[in-house]
Amino acid sequence: MSMNEPLRPSAPPPQVGPPPQVGREKQTCLSGTGVTKLFGFGRTKTLAVDHVDFNFHEGEVISIVGESGSGKTTLAKMLLGLISVTEGDIYFQGQKRDISSSRKKQEYWKNIQAIFQDPFSSYNIFSKIDDVLLDCIRMRGGQRLPKEEKVKLMTEACSFVNLKFAELTNKYPFELSGGQMQRLMIARIFLLKPKILIADEPTSMIDACSRATILDYLMKLRDEVGMTLIFITHDIGLAYYVSDTVFIMEKGKFVESGSADAVILTPQQPYTKRLLNDVPKIYEEWDLSTV
Amino acid sequence: MGKVMLEVNDLTTKYITRYNEDVYAVDHVSLQVEEGKTLGIAGESGCGKSTLALSLMGYYFPPLYYTGGEIIIDGRSISGMKPDDVRRTILGTEIAYIPQAAMNALNPTRRVINFIEDVILAHDPTENKKFIYELARASFETLGLPPEVLQKYPVELSGGMKQRTVIAVSVILRPKVLIADEPSSALDVTSQKMVIKMLKNLMETGFIKSMIFITHELPLLYNVTDDIMVMYAGQIVERASAREAVFDPLHPYSKGLMGSIIVPESGLRDVKLTAIPGAPPNLKNPPAGCRFAERCKYVRAECRYTNVALYDAGPGRAYRCILSEKVLRDCYEHERAIAA
Amino acid sequence: MRHTFRQAFSSGKFVTGFVILMGLLLLVILYPLIFRAPPLQIIAQGTFFPPGIYVSAYDSINAPTTYTLNLDGAAAKRVAAKLKDEDRVAMKEWLVVAGVPEDQIDISDAQKLLTLWAENYDPAKQVKGMTLARQRYFQRVNNAIQGLLSTEGAIIAVRQPESGALQEAGAVKQTDYVNISEVPNVRILPLGTDNFGRDVFAQLVRAIGVSLLIGIVAGLIATGIGLVLGLLAGYVGGAVDDVINFITNIFLVIPSLVLLILISFSVGQESRGAFTVAVVIGVTSWVWTTRAVRAQVISLRNRDHVNLSKLSGHSLFRIIRGDILPYIMSYVFMALILQISAAILAEANLSILGLGPRTTDVPTLGLMMQWAMIYQAHILGKWWAYFPVLISITLITFSMNLMITGLDQVFNPQLRN
Ligand SMILES: Nc1ncnc2c1ncn2[C@@H]1O[C@H](COP(=O)(O)OP(=O)(O)OP(=O)(O)O)[C@@H](O)[C@H]1O
Ligand SMILES: Nc1ncnc2c1ncn2[C@@H]1O[C@H](COP(=O)(O)OP(=O)(O)OP(=O)(O)O)[C@@H](O)[C@H]1O
Ligand SMILES: [Mg+2]
Ligand SMILES: [Mg+2]
Repeated sequence: MSMNEPLRPSAPPPQVGPPPQVGREKQTCLSGTGVTKLFGFGRTKTLAVDHVDFNFHEGEVISIVGESGSGKTTLAKMLLGLISVTEGDIYFQGQKRDISSSRKKQEYWKNIQAIFQDPFSSYNIFSKIDDVLLDCIRMRGGQRLPKEEKVKLMTEACSFVNLKFAELTNKYPFELSGGQMQRLMIARIFLLKPKILIADEPTSMIDACSRATILDYLMKLRDEVGMTLIFITHDIGLAYYVSDTVFIMEKGKFVESGSADAVILTPQQPYTKRLLNDVPKIYEEWDLSTV
Repeated sequence: MGKVMLEVNDLTTKYITRYNEDVYAVDHVSLQVEEGKTLGIAGESGCGKSTLALSLMGYYFPPLYYTGGEIIIDGRSISGMKPDDVRRTILGTEIAYIPQAAMNALNPTRRVINFIEDVILAHDPTENKKFIYELARASFETLGLPPEVLQKYPVELSGGMKQRTVIAVSVILRPKVLIADEPSSALDVTSQKMVIKMLKNLMETGFIKSMIFITHELPLLYNVTDDIMVMYAGQIVERASAREAVFDPLHPYSKGLMGSIIVPESGLRDVKLTAIPGAPPNLKNPPAGCRFAERCKYVRAECRYTNVALYDAGPGRAYRCILSEKVLRDCYEHERAIAA
Repeated sequence: MRHTFRQAFSSGKFVTGFVILMGLLLLVILYPLIFRAPPLQIIAQGTFFPPGIYVSAYDSINAPTTYTLNLDGAAAKRVAAKLKDEDRVAMKEWLVVAGVPEDQIDISDAQKLLTLWAENYDPAKQVKGMTLARQRYFQRVNNAIQGLLSTEGAIIAVRQPESGALQEAGAVKQTDYVNISEVPNVRILPLGTDNFGRDVFAQLVRAIGVSLLIGIVAGLIATGIGLVLGLLAGYVGGAVDDVINFITNIFLVIPSLVLLILISFSVGQESRGAFTVAVVIGVTSWVWTTRAVRAQVISLRNRDHVNLSKLSGHSLFRIIRGDILPYIMSYVFMALILQISAAILAEANLSILGLGPRTTDVPTLGLMMQWAMIYQAHILGKWWAYFPVLISITLITFSMNLMITGLDQVFNPQLRN
């Protein structure tokens, strides 16, 4: 094996790629115009998200890529309705989103779910992880199911993320490793089957192999329920692998967007080019001198 | 062969859970890191990487307990030392550890300089603050961090800067071995690159002698490390040079792992990533025989009861499988042929 | 919860504080069960009897049995106890005049002094320059000393009802002893009596109990109000936060002691029981807790586990109860202990100013201090009336602060890097 011509890491069986591109013609699911978020005031003012426009279609897989502090998480929290929007409008299923009362908010939250960036702070450390999963079953109206049925559901959800429920039951979150916590957060999604999923760095602590499994099942779930998937990630490889559309975010603005192939393989903006250049690679030299 | 900075023989540690069950998260692990070298550790999440890192420091607190093995840092055995002695004389000066997600766990009400004071005072309670400040300033300058950072609160720093600060704080006492547990997994590629550059710089300037680097990001691991160790369910399943581990893995689990690497290159979208269904065995009562047997494509009947040792395969190379190197390679070749 | 407790008890400081506090509590609970006398009863005629064991003299004389004990030095001790200081000084003066070197005379050693006296004193001796009156005085001193030295017993006489004449009824020899357990009336006053003639110790025990109770009631009220307002302000935010902030700011600019004094004063002496005082202290000291809880909740409400709970459609109440409260519980517990010890001090402050609970019901540590101050126990050197009170207050606050420090160390471990 020559050093210049290393083996591809795995043989490529071409039959299964990412699922066929669906949803292009489908109706708009979530969109926004001039969405802006301003934190603080006076000298500490931060423009975290700066007049972004977007249009996410039903069943589409979207990736938002950008460096630290570019406002990805802030945008996600606005989409989730967890923080207020300073300026601009968000439309949900074609209509202006109305989450003015807590009842309307709860109604909205029935459609949208999230995986948060930091698994360590996503758990209530005072409740066992069974509660997290049982809660999801309750949300789907399954609180009256017999116990065995619930356990079966939970076991199945865990198996999608390479976890064994029997091993986790009765544990507290701090008894899990970071990756296990993160995977359990993803397991929730398999129980909830939401219309929209916003996943903020969902696989940052998961090994490559489990990541492949999980992505596989997430894509199956998308096909099954027509879920719109919004990935927020630093992992450009992942963004390229899973998404239909990629948005590149810099300092609160979308600087480039388009189909994954167009953005990643033929980047137009210098910022995108720099990001791509900084990705550690295995077939090319990774140049450390550029930072 | 360089001087061995860190040598670990048969280290075994366990968690004792609230139900008094033993979870053997590090099971008879042996490793060596030479001066000037970086050892990478990869493996399924939950396989015990962080626990191994924690155990390597020789400082155990509940629910983690030491059950056996030896840790030798630069010729000096630290197993069997009293916890207090370890804290005073080993942590920070001989070996330092940057925990997973450390940058998110910084106390937001304290300034960076306070963290440095903590580290130094834990080692030598008599140092005065002025001296510490000067020392901190000097070492921040060497590491290319602006000294103003010392007076800042963690929230005032960007992610990349925070992580580099954490590293600078950890190496302030110039430890011989640095263990970095996923130091860049929460960072964007540019910040990640800066962090890596800093770590490499630490090695070059002699701030640290050797490093252990834990990450899930295989391309990164490949670029940063000299040797790679793959762990599965508390055990080492393969050890090889970085190049061999990535391009020519032997153990079926490593093979699967390396088959899931994604890099943003054309054609990737048509590649089917290797996924290994199933979950790793319960560490409470691991199965007899090979721990990967349950999920292995090439499993044989004897795998399930033979206790598989780490099989030596050439210099610096070992793997834990009952199949011979040749058989394994044939299997992989065969599979590739079918796929193509 | 159990884990939290185990954690708390792993701290040496916490345990020390806890043990001290439990010791005090045990005393407060057990003492009244054993000694049932009401603590505020006036038993002594006169003020500030010193600490000690009080034996009825009448009953001692009439004790059923007397025992004869021949003990060495008994006479000397008796004399020493009876020889007044002024007599000793006078003796020294005469001896010096009579030519005994001054440095050989030690007036604190009664035995030696008496020997010297016996050797040198001569009533007939004329001392130059000494007035007759003075000579007489020394003769009287000598007589008194001779009387002390007498080995005669004392005669007990009874008055004849008809004639009024005394008739001998018995004698008490110097070697007669009674067993204290056979004397029917003995009272131990470990800390003597106070200005009103009440048992200080019994009072102190009761006062500790009442003060702790005031502290707990006030602490619970303050922490309760503080917690509820802090949670609402911190979690709900918006207008609710503004209103609560406005109120706390008002309370903050008026020093709480001033407020306390004003309210206590307006409540009036008559309706001011211990409970009322506790309530008054409670409703004036929640501000600090509100602020602290609010700050904690604000840092928690943006944590992702709360966000997750919101997305799961949980109600406001459930999120506060399940996702916020457990995180601040250890903190609130510390605040509660702090409030209790602060309330005990506040009560002491109020009482010293004369604004404490009305004085007829129960003693409190503050009231005891006030009484001791009014009757100038500190000037008169009657330490037992105020010093033990000070010690008790210190011990309570000290033990509580120790507990807080211990808890703080357990709950907020510094990040080890
Ligand atoms: N609650 C807040 N108050 C003030 N500023 C904030 C707040 N949250 C975020 N910011 C600021 O907004 C900007 C965008 O932050 P955001 O967390 O959205 O970035 P991000 O793209 O998610 O970064 P990362 O990749 O590190 O997660 C940052 O400059 C951050 O400091
Ligand atoms: N406090 C604990 N009590 C019991 N078991 C624990 C505890 N902490 C971790 N474990 C278990 O030990 C095993 C190893 O955990 P560890 O954190 O070392 O994994 P890891 O390899 O670092 O994973 P990751 O890549 O997700 O960080 C896991 O199976 C975990 O469930
Ligand atoms: Mg983010
Ligand atoms: Mg880990």
